[in-house]
Amino acid sequence: MKFKGYAHTFGNDVNTDEILPARYLHTIDPQELASHCMEDADPHFVKKVKPGDMIVAGDNFGCGSSREHAPFAIKASGVSCVIAASFARIFYRNAINIGLPILVSKEAASDVKSGDALEIDTQKGLIKNITKKRDYISDVYPEFIQNIIKADGLMNYIRKKKK
Amino acid sequence: MGYTITEKILMAHAGRKSIKSGEFVNVKVDFCLGNDITAPFAIQEFEKLGLKKVFDETRIALIPDHFTPAKDLKSANQAKSLAVFAEKYHIQHYWEVGRMGVEHALLPQMGLVKPGDLVIGADSHTCTYGALGAFSCGVGSTDLAAAFATGECWLRVPETIKFVYNGTMNKWVGGKDLILHTIGAIGVSGAQYKAMEFTGPVIKTLPMDDRFSMCNMAIEAGGKNGIIEADAEAVKYVKKAFAKYNPQRKNIKVYTSDKDAVYSKVIEYDVTKLEPMVAMPHLPSNVKEAHKIKDVKVDQVVIGSCTNGRLSDLRIAAKILKNNRVKPWVRLIVIPATQEIYQEAVREGLANIFVHAGGIFSTPSCGPCLGGHLGILAEGERALATTNRNFVGRMGHPKSEVYLSNAAVAAATAVKGKICHPEDVV
Repeated sequence: MKFKGYAHTFGNDVNTDEILPARYLHTIDPQELASHCMEDADPHFVKKVKPGDMIVAGDNFGCGSSREHAPFAIKASGVSCVIAASFARIFYRNAINIGLPILVSKEAASDVKSGDALEIDTQKGLIKNITKKRDYISDVYPEFIQNIIKADGLMNYIRKKKK
Repeated sequence: MGYTITEKILMAHAGRKSIKSGEFVNVKVDFCLGNDITAPFAIQEFEKLGLKKVFDETRIALIPDHFTPAKDLKSANQAKSLAVFAEKYHIQHYWEVGRMGVEHALLPQMGLVKPGDLVIGADSHTCTYGALGAFSCGVGSTDLAAAFATGECWLRVPETIKFVYNGTMNKWVGGKDLILHTIGAIGVSGAQYKAMEFTGPVIKTLPMDDRFSMCNMAIEAGGKNGIIEADAEAVKYVKKAFAKYNPQRKNIKVYTSDKDAVYSKVIEYDVTKLEPMVAMPHLPSNVKEAHKIKDVKVDQVVIGSCTNGRLSDLRIAAKILKNNRVKPWVRLIVIPATQEIYQEAVREGLANIFVHAGGIFSTPSCGPCLGGHLGILAEGERALATTNRNFVGRMGHPKSEVYLSNAAVAAATAVKGKICHPEDVV
């Protein structure tokens, strides 16, 4: 998959309470969840984010609760991809399972500034910073994970296996 | 080359004769669970598959514990979806308010987890059951939906960090302090993707409630699971639960780590001088000794949750609160983790002590821990809680603060009106 958009940067240990506060967990409606995306990390995020934009963060992105509402809200808000130096493990598997593209790149995490224009090729793991005229390479997914991504998420992967 | 407990349990459930850390495996799950926040998503995804049956009606638990008793209409609808699903698919383990408890206290109590089991739950604190020598970890709702359908889950085999606790523990220090000290030392991503194996002479004499507190917070260091080798104490706990709630269950298989097992790291602590710990806002790793915290006034004290809402927590809190009054500006909220604990607290007179001291004694719920209900913080308010997380906005307003501690520090703080050491009150 290829995406083009602008970066919105965040620091280390961005937790799921900041991504989608528990006060909104009484619903699973995508649009309602999207309207509160990143609210306690940046209350203006929803107003700023445009379809295709990327979240770029430091270490341990998505730490805390197992709520799938967090990656779900990010996906529903139009964010094309999350790039981080590292991801907390439950967030990582949730993103893979629901088909939200995520890339691990320490280089991009430390170099990209908010507002930088990025071009991403998830297949190649290539992150192009158009603003800074620099390229970053992301870690390659293990084959097992690639198969889930290719199937477009875990439930489709299971559907195929069950047939 | 030997294996750790975690590797042995994963190997057995993946049907493999050997296993390596970093490998991806499909494992059979012994038990899976979801709550009123995570299960609705899983139910929606499972229903889309159009299957007539779940993989096993006896190996699924649905627990409406987060926003219940329902705090508003939307929460009521979510909780109802669990009841409807449980009836439609004959799910054996569903409890209504009045029998329900906080999931990670409830399942061990009901004898639904035993040593050697592999449990996944759509709740990050599923790692609690490691206290029984089981492998358990939090997953997402889609994982739960997949487990409903297949009884399987994909996992990456984690490396294990071995933690060895030496020395003797001071009075007022418990499992919560051991784990807060550990998270403080290694950080909130110090065990990212790793198994945390807790061992050593201190763990061998640690009561079960304290072991649950420790494994419960493995996730706060980024850990995949926390695990403690099941010893006579753990087996006794499980057998008692079987006898009471699950008399047909008898077989227990205990896994132990091999002497030549490979660990990514071995970390030793001497806990002899360890003091009651408090995690300051806004990370569980931001720890400080309770007696070093001066003039931090609190508006609310919460004693409860899957971390510290067990009987021993209520007993120690009651000991401190007996013949004392909560300061006028403090709201003390005591929430026993399960109905059984609630009943025992009433029988022993603990509930009476809390109410006499000027606190409230609530029905089991996760409520305030995640800023759900039963004690939301207003802008600028501050709480000390025996819960597990103190992230920005965790208990309410993004500009409120949460401090974490054991139940003794929490009870003493309610009496003093500011964070203190239990001995400042007793």
